[in-house]
Amino acid sequence: MKPFAYQVPGDAVAAVRSVADRPDASFLAGGTNLVDHLRLGLIEPGLLVDVTSLTSDEITDHEGGLRIGAAVRNSDLAADRRVRERFPVLAESLLAGASGQLRNMATTGGNPLQRTRCVYFQDVSTPCNKREPGSGCSAIGGSTRNHAILGASEHCIATQPSDMGVALAALDAAVQVLGPGGERTIPFTELHRLPGETPERDTVLEHGELITAIDVPDLPIARRSRYRKVRDRASYAFALVSVAAALDVADGVVRDARIALGGVAHVPWRARRAEEALRGAPVSEQSYREAAEAELADARPQDGIDGGNGFKIPLVTGTLVATLRELAGEEA
Amino acid sequence: MTQTLEPRAMGQDLVRRDGPAKVHGTAIYADETPVENPLYCRVVQSTIARGRVRSVDTTEASALDGVITVLTPGTAERLASTDDAELAVLQSDDVGFRGQIVAAVVAETFEIAREAANLVRVEYDAVDHDTRLSADRHDLYAPEKVNAGYPTDTDVGNMEDAMALAPVTLEQTYTTPMQHNNPMEPHATTALWDPARGDGSGPGLILWDSTQGVHPMRATVRGVLGLEADQVRVVCPFVGGGFGSKGTPHANVVMAAMAARAVPGRPVRLVLTRQQMFSLAGYRTPTIQRMQLAAERDGTLRGIAIDVVEQTSRIKEFAEQTGVPTRKMYAAANRRSTHRLAALDVPVPSWMRAPGECPGMFGPEVAMDELAHELDLDPVELRIRNEPELDPETGKPFSSRNLVACLREGAERFGWAGRDLTPRARLEDGWWVGTGVAASVYPTMRQAQSTAAVRFDGGRYIARIGAADLGTGAWTVLPQIAADALGVPVEDVDVLIGDTDFPVASVAGGSSGTATWGSALVEAAREFRDKFGRGAQDGDEVEAGVRPNPDAGSYTMSAYGAQFAEVCVHAYTGEVRVPRLYGVFAAGRILNPRLARSQLLGGMTMGLGMALHEQSVLDPRFGHVVNHDLAEYHVPANADVADLQAHWIDEHDPHVNAMGSKGVGEIGIVGTAAAIVNAAWHATGVRVRDLPVTLDRFLT
Repeated sequence: MKPFAYQVPGDAVAAVRSVADRPDASFLAGGTNLVDHLRLGLIEPGLLVDVTSLTSDEITDHEGGLRIGAAVRNSDLAADRRVRERFPVLAESLLAGASGQLRNMATTGGNPLQRTRCVYFQDVSTPCNKREPGSGCSAIGGSTRNHAILGASEHCIATQPSDMGVALAALDAAVQVLGPGGERTIPFTELHRLPGETPERDTVLEHGELITAIDVPDLPIARRSRYRKVRDRASYAFALVSVAAALDVADGVVRDARIALGGVAHVPWRARRAEEALRGAPVSEQSYREAAEAELADARPQDGIDGGNGFKIPLVTGTLVATLRELAGEEA
Repeated sequence: MTQTLEPRAMGQDLVRRDGPAKVHGTAIYADETPVENPLYCRVVQSTIARGRVRSVDTTEASALDGVITVLTPGTAERLASTDDAELAVLQSDDVGFRGQIVAAVVAETFEIAREAANLVRVEYDAVDHDTRLSADRHDLYAPEKVNAGYPTDTDVGNMEDAMALAPVTLEQTYTTPMQHNNPMEPHATTALWDPARGDGSGPGLILWDSTQGVHPMRATVRGVLGLEADQVRVVCPFVGGGFGSKGTPHANVVMAAMAARAVPGRPVRLVLTRQQMFSLAGYRTPTIQRMQLAAERDGTLRGIAIDVVEQTSRIKEFAEQTGVPTRKMYAAANRRSTHRLAALDVPVPSWMRAPGECPGMFGPEVAMDELAHELDLDPVELRIRNEPELDPETGKPFSSRNLVACLREGAERFGWAGRDLTPRARLEDGWWVGTGVAASVYPTMRQAQSTAAVRFDGGRYIARIGAADLGTGAWTVLPQIAADALGVPVEDVDVLIGDTDFPVASVAGGSSGTATWGSALVEAAREFRDKFGRGAQDGDEVEAGVRPNPDAGSYTMSAYGAQFAEVCVHAYTGEVRVPRLYGVFAAGRILNPRLARSQLLGGMTMGLGMALHEQSVLDPRFGHVVNHDLAEYHVPANADVADLQAHWIDEHDPHVNAMGSKGVGEIGIVGTAAAIVNAAWHATGVRVRDLPVTLDRFLT
C-alpha cells in the first residue's frame, strides 16, 4: 500500500475543494469498500478526505417523502420506522446486504458508490478495463457467473453490487450532490452509467462531487413493496439476481408497478419495459412472465469457464414472478 | 487385544480448558507471538503459470525506507535439500505454477513490506501452460501408489462380466471440484534465527508456526535447511483451524525460515494473505469419478467399480486416494478401482479433511441412490442388503462395524419411515421438498511414533507431548485420557502440548491424533504406576512411546456413519436450503461428547459447503484461482442450515486402542454432500452429478 495523506476538513464545502484540487484524492466515508481496495492495491490515492462527520446523519421528512443524510448508516436506515412502513423495499434491501458489522459502518452516500465485485477487477495481476483502461476485459471468456446480461459492452461486463441501489432505483429516488461548482440533483436512475467504452467511470459524478443526501419521494405504491435477493448462499453473498418491486393491484388488474433489477447490469436496472407491460395487465403469472420477457428481450448472456451466466434469464423471470405473486397476495 | 481403560474422566462432557483464553483473546497464535522488534516478510508471486524468471529488479523496493532485504532466486540462500519441489523456495528460476514465490521482501513494518513487494519488478520468459483437467487427456498416468500407501489400482473378480451379466447396471460419472481448506487463521509464522543462543549451543532457529504438528514440521524444515534437530524448535500452542492444509509444511514456512536466516537475531513475521493461500497452502484436487454398479433385482451388488481421474502438480506428485473407500464399503464379488493423474501447471494439491474418503464417497453414495431408484428400493434398505460380513478387500473381520445401526438409528431420528420413493412429489409453500441419505466411513489409524512424558510435581501429574490442538480439544481430552490411565481425578492432571521441547508426537491428521497421543499417554501412565506405584514423589518421571497395535493385522478398523438430509429447492428460483441435516456415527468410545459433537457438526458443515458452495474457479487462461477470497469462495453461513444434529451410537471396540476411540475429526464430512445431492434429487427429480449443487441446476 502506498502511503497517503489523511484529512478531516471542517465542512463539506472544504472537503469538496480538497478532493477537487487533487486528481489523486478520494472521499472516505464508511470505508467498507475503499479500504479493501487500498489493501488489494486497486487504488493508490495520495489523499483521503474523511467526510463521515461532514454530511447529515439524520433522516428527515421532506416534501412528503424522506431526505436521508449521506452519513446515515445502513443499519440505522434499515431500522427507521418511517422507512420500514413507507418503503419496506428499501429496508429489506439494506438488510439483505453485507453483515451487521458492515452495515454499522456503511453509509447512505457510500453504499451506491461501491464498486463491482468482478474478480478480475479485484485482482491487479489480471487485465481489466475498469481498473486500467485499455488493458482488456478478463471477465469475457472467464468467470462470468456474477456478470451482466443487460447493457454490457465489449469492454466490460461487470455488475453493480449495491442492494440498496436497486431499491432506490425502483423508488424514483434523487441524489443531492455538492460539487466544486455548487449543488445539483441527479435522479437516482441516472447516477450510474453503462460501461460503454469507458467502464472506468461507474457513475456520472465528476471528480470532487460529493453525495450529501438521498431523497426518496412520497410514493404510495411503495408501501406494498419487496426486495427479493437470490444468491449462492442463504446470507452474506452478493446477489446473482435481485428484484425490487412495488405493486398496486385492484379488481384483478395491475394498476401500477415499480421494478428494478440487481445483479444483471453495470447499473441498478430500472425495469421500465416490465412496468409498462404490467400496467393494465391481469393479475396472473402469465402477465408477470410476459413482463420479464419484455424486460429481457435484449439480454445477452455470457459464456464462461464457470458455466456462464445464461441461467440469469430464467432466474430473473422466476424471481420476478415469485416476487410479484407475493406482492399480489397470492401464495408463493 | 489391548487392555482397555476404565472410563471415569473419559466420556465426560468437560468444557475446553483453553476456552476462556480463546474467548478473552489471550490465547497466543503464531503471528501474535510476543517478540522484540519484529520484521515483516511479504512474498511476491509469479504472474505466469509456467516458464522462467528472466530478471528480478529490486531497485525500487530496496530504496524504500524500512526495507531490510529483498530475497530473490539470485540472492536467497541455497537450501540443503531441494528434493521437495514445493519447498525449494527461490532455488531456481523455474516457474511451475502461477502464484509461486519468486521473491520476498523483509521490512520494518507490515505496510512497508507490502508496498515494497508491489515494487519488485519481475520479468519472465513464459511458455504455454496447461491447467485443464479432463478424463480425455492423453497424458494421464498411473502413479506408483496413491496416498497413504494404497495400491493405485485393484481388480478383483471380473467387473466387465458383472456389468454384462447383471440384470440391473448403472454407469455414471460424478465430479467434485477443486476445493480449498480455508481455515480461519491463515498460514502464519514468526521465525527467529539466533546466531548465538544464550546457552552457548550455537546457532538455532525458532519457528512459532501455525501447524498441525510441531515435530513433523521440524523434521521437514531441518532437512530442507540442513540443520540438526536440536538446532530447530517449533512452537504452536493454538491453531485457528487447519483441515489438513497445515498438516505438512508448505512454502511459506521455509520462506519464513529463510527470511529469518537473512536477518540473524531479528524475528520475522510472515502471514499469507487469504488470496495467497489459494496458491501456496494446498487444496483438494478436483476429481472425476466414473462409477459402475452391477446388481441383482433385489439390490444385491454383484459388482462395484470406480475409475478416478484427478490432478497433481507438474512439480510434485500428490495422488489423492479417492477410489479407496469403494474397495471395502459394500459386499460385491467383483470390484475394480483405478486412479489416473494429470500432471498440470497448477499449485501442489495437498491434504484436505478426509482426503480420499471425502471426495471418494461422493460418487459411490450418489450412485447407490440412483441404483435404489432404479430398483424401486428404499436407499437405506439397499445399503443394508449390501452390508459385508468381512472386509471385502482383505477378508478380515471388522474390529467393529455399525453402519447398519447408524442407518437404522438415523432413520428413526429423522422420521424416514414411510418416505415416498417418488421424486418431485412434495411442493410446500413454493419449495420442492425431498430427503436423502448417504453412508460415511473413515479408517481408524494409529501413527507409529509418539512419546509422552509423565512427571509428578507439587501434587499434580504433568504430562508433556508435542501434540497439536487445531481447535479440536486436545488440551482437554488428553488430560481425560491421562487421568484415567493414572487412576486420578482429571483436575489433578495437566498435559502440555505444542512444542518440540516436549517429546515427539505425530501429526494431527487422519483422525489419528487422539488415538496416537492418547496411546502414548496410556503407556507412560502405566509405566509411571509400574515404577512408582501410588507413592510418587516430586520429580518422579517416566517417558514412554506408543506401541504398534497388536490387532492391526487381524482386523479392519474404521468408523462409520449415516447422514440424512432434508433439502428444499425453490420452485421459481432454484435456491437450495437444507432445513435438516442429521448424522449418526459409530466411532468407538466418545471421549468427550462436547468436543466430539463440535467436531462432527464441523465436519458436516464443511460437507454442506462441499455440497452447496465450495468451488475454486481456476481460470485456465491465467492458471490461478480467481475467486480467491471468502467473498467469492463461499463456505456455509448459519442461515444455510437450520436443524443440524450429530449423534452417535454406543460402540465398544476393544481392538482399536486402550481408549476404545476411533477418531471423529473427519468422518463428519464424509457422505454429507451425497446425502444432500440425493435429497435434492428426491425434491426435484433433477440429478446433480457435479458438485456444487447451485441453483442454476434447477432452472429451466
